[in-house]
Amino acid sequence: MIQTFFNPGIIAASWPIVLAGLWNTVRLSLLVVPLGLFGGLILALLASVKHPAVRWPLMAWVDFFRAFPPLVLLILLFAGLPFAGLELGGFVCVAVAFFLNTGAYYGEILRAGIDSVPAGQVEAARSTGLSRLQAMAYVVLPQAVRNVLPDLLSNTLEVVKLTSLGSVVAVPELLYQARQAQSITYNPTPIVVAAVIYFVMLWPVVRLLSRLENRALAGR
Amino acid sequence: MSRWDRFVDTFLNGKVMLKYLPDILSGVVVTIELALLIVVTGLAAGLALALLRSLGVRPLNWLIIFVVDLFRSLPPLVIIVLIYFGLPSVEISPSGFVSTWLSLAFVLMAFSEEIFWAGITSVAKGQWEAARSTGLSFGQTLTNVVLPQAFRLTIPPLTNRTIAITKGTALGTVVAVTEILGQASSAMSNSYNPSPLMMGAAAYVVLFFPVVVAARWVEAKFAWKR
Repeated sequence: MIQTFFNPGIIAASWPIVLAGLWNTVRLSLLVVPLGLFGGLILALLASVKHPAVRWPLMAWVDFFRAFPPLVLLILLFAGLPFAGLELGGFVCVAVAFFLNTGAYYGEILRAGIDSVPAGQVEAARSTGLSRLQAMAYVVLPQAVRNVLPDLLSNTLEVVKLTSLGSVVAVPELLYQARQAQSITYNPTPIVVAAVIYFVMLWPVVRLLSRLENRALAGR
Repeated sequence: MSRWDRFVDTFLNGKVMLKYLPDILSGVVVTIELALLIVVTGLAAGLALALLRSLGVRPLNWLIIFVVDLFRSLPPLVIIVLIYFGLPSVEISPSGFVSTWLSLAFVLMAFSEEIFWAGITSVAKGQWEAARSTGLSFGQTLTNVVLPQAFRLTIPPLTNRTIAITKGTALGTVVAVTEILGQASSAMSNSYNPSPLMMGAAAYVVLFFPVVVAARWVEAKFAWKR
C-alpha cells in the first residue's frame, strides 16, 4: 500500500515536476480570481441599473453560465475556435472561460451584496454631493463586500479548485504535472502528492468558511 | 461561399449534426443517469452524516468533519483521477462512470452535510426542549419539529450546490465516460468538424438551463421572509 500510494523514492523523483505544477496553479489562481472578480463587478454594477432592457439580458447571461459546465466552455474555446481560425492556447482559453464562468458567479454574489445595502445609504451619500459613481465606490461597495464576504471567499475557493481543469487543455498546473509524473513513473504516488498539496493548501480556507457559514445561518 | 455560409458550414453543419445526433442523444442519457445517481446518493449520504452528527458522539463527529473538509478542499477532477488511475494499482478497477459517480457523490455529500448541519443547528435549542417536554421522542422531535424548519433554511444553498456539482458530470469525459461532452469530443475528432461540439453545448443548455431557472423560483419561494 505504502509502496503504491506513498512511494518515497517516487515522491523524491517527481517532487520538482509536481512543485513546478504547484507554482503554476498559484500563478493561474492569482490571474483568474481577480479576472473573475472584475467580470463579476461589471455584472453587478450593470444589475444595479433597474431598467428591464438591462435586467433581463443580464439575468439570462448569468443563468446561462450557471447552467453551462465550465469544462464544456473550456473545450469549446480550446477545440472549437481553431476551426474559426482562432487558436488561443490553453492558458488564454482558461483565462477567458474563467472570466465568463466565475464572473457570473461573482456577479450574483456582488449583486446580492449591493442589494443588501439599504437605499437610504445611497440617498444620504448623494445628498452630501457625491456623484452616483462616487456613492457606489465609497459608500455602497465597501458595505456590500463586507456583507457577502463569506460567499466571496467560498466562490474563490471553488475557483482555485477549478484551475485543475487547466490540465485538460495542457496547462501545466498541479494536476497536469502530477499526471505527467504518474505516466512517467507508472505509479499513482504523484497524484496522491498533488491531492495532499491541494488539501494542505485549501483546508484552512474550508475551516474558516465552515465557521463563517454556520454563524451566518445560525444567526438568523 | 460568403463568410456566413462558411461559418454555418463549419459550426452548424447539418449533415454532420444529423450523423452524430444519435451519439449525442446517447450521451444525454448517460449524463442524466449519472446526474440523478449523484444527486440521490450524494444528498442521502449528506443527510445521513448530518443526522449522525446530531447524535453528538465526539470522536465520530471529528471523523465526519474531517471527511467533509477533505472533500470540500479537493478539486473534483483530482478525486476522479485519483480513483480512476489510482485504485487499479490495488487491483480495484472502477469504470470511468463509477469513478465519476463516486467522486461527485462524495463531494455533494460533503457540501450537503455542511448545509444540512447548519440548518439543524439553526433551529433554536428551545424548540428541541419544548418538543421533548411534550413527550416526543428524539426521533419524533427530529423528523416532526427540527427537520421541517431546517429544510426551509437549507433549500437555497442546497439547490445552488447541487446544480454546480451536477454540472461536473462533464468531468467524466477525462476518464472516458461516454456522456455528452465525451460523445461530442469524439464525434468532433472523427468528423474533423466542430458541429457535434456545438450540439453537445446546446444539449447542456437544454438540460441545465430549466434547472437553473427552476432553482431561482424555488429559492424565491422558500426564502425566509425577513
